[in-house]
Amino acid sequence: MIKIQHLTVDLPGFSLLDVNLAIRENRFFVLLGPTGSGKTVLLEAIAGLKRVTSGRVLIHDRDVTALPPEKRGIGIVYQDCSLFPHLTVTDNINYGLRYHGGETDDARMRFDSLVGVLNIGHLLKRKPGSLSGGELQRVALARALIIEPAVLLLDEPFSAIDPAFRVELQKLLKELQRSSGVTFIMVTHSFSEALSLADSAAIIQNGRIQQEGDMMEIFKKPCSAFVADFVGMKNIFPARFTGTLAEVNGMCIHLGIQPCTERGYIAIRPEDIVLSRSHLDSSIRNSFRGVVEAVTDRGFTFEVNVLSGDIVFRSLVTRGALIDLGIRDGNEIFISFKATAVHNF
Amino acid sequence: MTGRKPRRGIFYWICLASGVLVMAFILIPLIRLMSEPSFEMMKQTILDRDVVRSIWLSIYTSVAAAFISFLVGTPFAYFLARSRFRGKRIVESIIDIPIIIPHPVVGIALISIAGSGHWIGRALSELGIRIMGSVTGIILVLTFVGLPFYIDTVKNGFEAVPPKLEKVSRSLGASMIQTFFKVTLPLSARSILGGLIMCSARAISEFGAVIIIAYHPMNAPVLIYERFESYGLAYSLPVCVWLVSLCLVLFIALRMLAFRPGRAL
Repeated sequence: MIKIQHLTVDLPGFSLLDVNLAIRENRFFVLLGPTGSGKTVLLEAIAGLKRVTSGRVLIHDRDVTALPPEKRGIGIVYQDCSLFPHLTVTDNINYGLRYHGGETDDARMRFDSLVGVLNIGHLLKRKPGSLSGGELQRVALARALIIEPAVLLLDEPFSAIDPAFRVELQKLLKELQRSSGVTFIMVTHSFSEALSLADSAAIIQNGRIQQEGDMMEIFKKPCSAFVADFVGMKNIFPARFTGTLAEVNGMCIHLGIQPCTERGYIAIRPEDIVLSRSHLDSSIRNSFRGVVEAVTDRGFTFEVNVLSGDIVFRSLVTRGALIDLGIRDGNEIFISFKATAVHNF
Repeated sequence: MTGRKPRRGIFYWICLASGVLVMAFILIPLIRLMSEPSFEMMKQTILDRDVVRSIWLSIYTSVAAAFISFLVGTPFAYFLARSRFRGKRIVESIIDIPIIIPHPVVGIALISIAGSGHWIGRALSELGIRIMGSVTGIILVLTFVGLPFYIDTVKNGFEAVPPKLEKVSRSLGASMIQTFFKVTLPLSARSILGGLIMCSARAISEFGAVIIIAYHPMNAPVLIYERFESYGLAYSLPVCVWLVSLCLVLFIALRMLAFRPGRAL
């Protein structure tokens, strides 16, 4: 169990205020928040790289608040990977070993296994300068995991990576977390990343934790307007995946990517669902006929519930669009959304 | 439209003219100096034991000053590169003071504390350390004038090493000292070598402060001045040529070592 109790960090112009978190072992925990919310500061405070004003950090019931970073047993992987540019890939990976009992047989086995799993065997003699973003990230993961940390901190690990390789690396990260038994704490501002990876999560804003708990819990019962807006997806459906298709109650929905599991959930933000009177002639892959079930006034916008097949889709439209389309209960209407607007987890 | 280059404007020619002017300003007197003395004169000069001794003195006192700067200045340069505190600008300005004050003033200022009128001077003489007219005095002066160049260069080098690399190293189990020697120092080796070159280059050319603290033992610039004063231009020129040649060879060699492209050293 990793416990963070009443943690406060004061920096010029920014404060992390009274953060309390309890993260169970062997979990994939995601710290989610917009840019500038204090995610990285919290991560560095846990690692001992930022001076803590008050509060405690406990790892497996050991109070590490007063310990220097090298004595905490916490690995960190930054967004830019921060590989040592003067060392080869092998030397980068083995860097921490000298401080953890040296290159024993056991360590060599871990090296071989990590190199295998991460598929970086062909890079070992190269220097980081000649590696791609994805390769750098794999090497950084191997370097952090070889010393078997109690916790691995990941600071936006996918943001510098080509979107095409992101899904693959996410899958790999999830596998690594399961097989290594290490607790992963990942920071991200991307909700879909959090959805596909996290067991549990916390939402942070302006240096304060807004909500903490099970991913689905946060998703379904956001505790504040900020969280609701941040996670803002009201269309969540259990789905069965085949290739890039998701089957929901007999309805086939196109996804932008191929999910790594067979079963899971899909989610669509209501503002991503476009309403039209006739079938839209466009590149949008998902287009369905439905019936307006209910229209709810949400102030500046209206929420329109459309029943299509057995599913109720919630769409958000402006007042102007509502009048233009003449939407009323019982109207027949078409709903459309892009494949990339469908998140899966 | 093939093959036509856009016309170069007036701005380009102004830049080019300024470049030519600066190069000429530096090179014409130097080339004139280097080509002035005859071969016979050069040979005779290098057989003069006073000349050899003074040039050797200049070289090793400058190297000593650079070495002391390395020992004393490196940790401080690191501190300045990594920390932010109130009054940092003031501290940085204090470091640069030896660059701006006139050289004889440096000598006079050092004399005033190295003499028996000041407790530091008395303490040093009790320890048997003589500053006035000694090699120790020369090294002290050269360190004083060279240190700012070392610290400024190395501080910039440390600033260029991303702090995240050090953080990762710490998270992997290395202490701050281990991190410094394993990560920071190798990555700023070029800057350190650059700083050593800057410092010793500044030191070897120092005259004004040295002549006040230690006229004897004469280092090369003092010897050149002495010959010029006592015997005239013809006798000082060959010494100048020898000193400049040796310095050029040394610095070109070091620069090639420090700024080789594509290597982290």
